[in-house]
Amino acid sequence: MSVPGLIRMGDNTLVLGQRVSEWCGHAPALEEDIALANTALDLIGQTQLWLGLAAEREGKGRTADTLAYHRDAWDFRNLLLVEQPNQDFGVTMMRQFLFDSWHLEALTTLAEHDDTEISAIAQKSVKEVTYHRERSSDTVIALGEGTEESHARMQAALDRLWPYVGEMFSTDGDDLTDMAALRPAFDTYLETVLTEATLVRPHSDFAHMGGKTGARHTEHLGHMLATMQVLPRSYPDATW
Amino acid sequence: MYAQMIKSEATQDDPEKLAAFQARIDAGDKIEPKDWMPAGYRKTLIRQIGQHAHSEIVGQLPEGNWITRAPTLERKAILLAKVQDEAGHGLYLYCAAETLGVSRDELTEMLLDGRMKYSSIFAYPTLTWADMGAVGWLVDGAAIMNQVPLQRTSYGPYARSMVRICKEESFHQRQGFDIMMKMANGTNTQKRMAQDALNRFWYPSLMMFGPSDKESVHSEQSMAWKIKMNSNDELRQKFVDQTVPQAEYLGLTIPDETLAWNEEKGEYDFAEPDWSEFFDVLKGNGPCSVERIEARQKAWDDGAWVREARLAHAAKKQAAKVAAE
Repeated sequence: MSVPGLIRMGDNTLVLGQRVSEWCGHAPALEEDIALANTALDLIGQTQLWLGLAAEREGKGRTADTLAYHRDAWDFRNLLLVEQPNQDFGVTMMRQFLFDSWHLEALTTLAEHDDTEISAIAQKSVKEVTYHRERSSDTVIALGEGTEESHARMQAALDRLWPYVGEMFSTDGDDLTDMAALRPAFDTYLETVLTEATLVRPHSDFAHMGGKTGARHTEHLGHMLATMQVLPRSYPDATW
Repeated sequence: MYAQMIKSEATQDDPEKLAAFQARIDAGDKIEPKDWMPAGYRKTLIRQIGQHAHSEIVGQLPEGNWITRAPTLERKAILLAKVQDEAGHGLYLYCAAETLGVSRDELTEMLLDGRMKYSSIFAYPTLTWADMGAVGWLVDGAAIMNQVPLQRTSYGPYARSMVRICKEESFHQRQGFDIMMKMANGTNTQKRMAQDALNRFWYPSLMMFGPSDKESVHSEQSMAWKIKMNSNDELRQKFVDQTVPQAEYLGLTIPDETLAWNEEKGEYDFAEPDWSEFFDVLKGNGPCSVERIEARQKAWDDGAWVREARLAHAAKKQAAKVAAE
């Protein structure tokens, strides 16, 4: 049954899309503002496809919207990485870079999936995420080797987020593909970008787990959902 | 109206050149960046385009306030795209202003230190989801009234940016009206939100056109230069005449007891907004004036290291390129 795997994909794009959309109107420059909004828009669009298919296959009369707005944190199956708060622009872009680097590998594999509905969503998403990864990589490189301050901030961002990288490559039967198999390609790409960015990959490979299984999310997710879900939860009879 | 109360600069240029310039404008020519232009024309345009650009950027904030709370995935995507369009409009307009010899950074500093203004409407809060409808329907509706004629304005880069902006604005207005229809035809609470939004946004929307022509002393020169195309009262009347039937269609009540169709004039009679409130807002005493500038200041300050790093990186890349050649 593919539903749990579809929900994982859709929850990742939903939670990250929501996080990135928080920047709208507050970015360091207009060009960055527009690009962040663009990324968020793509992610919300992908969410509609993944969660839409999950809801349809589940066959319980739910929709992408009911999955997004009427589940509590314990039923979310996103990676812990994407629920991390935005903090400064450096943390936001490092989170984006780490996610994009995993996301593109995952989607490229899923684009070849035997299930044609899954491969169709992946193929559409690959086009968008190729651009996301290009942009977040360029940003990590520019800020990594830009000034002393930006270098320090980017290294701190990498160190701070590193413990959330391992979960992307943990895998079980619910995943749409073997996520562990994506690690070598991810590591190779990461190394290239970090070298150009003059950043150092942290030594410890300790990884926090619990997002994609729902066993233990961080404290941040509940606050995000409280904001995101407030209207449909407060006015369950309304249509919008 | 995204640029209100723009004072036209007097100009002391060579009378012959001035007459030739005016003749070009009267003939419907477009003035381009490298053409000769009176100092007052340049200065007035910088002020007007700059204020318009600032309005787009500050205008992201009241709507951005609801992106994280949009009630469906589709509404979230639509609102995000809309606020992103506004950032895009700001970008075209700052570029248009740059052709007159002022940088985006200089304009930003003038916004932050209060030397330049933004439209009064964005100093008002967005309090419920219905406000996303009201802003699209009324605020974008009022903006379109002003901006459609500005597509014919005399300064080429400004006119061309308006063509693109108008296309997107009319799309925004339809989206706003669509939200209002959902709300006005929804549950009792949704109807209440819709009426409340109209109550709060009606008079501030009328203020967007600026004070009455009788008090607007700076219009004449701008009209002659075709920087301003219609009078404030003309546009306000047109806006009211267009909006009243739409409100009736929605089943909402315009918060003006004096509003009545005037058969003889073929237009609506309506009450003027409270102009003392308008002047308070322009002075920085709008309900959200302080928050809006604080938010822009914070984005500017917090983003400084990013802008510096991007410049430093670009310079390093350039140096490496030169060294390689």
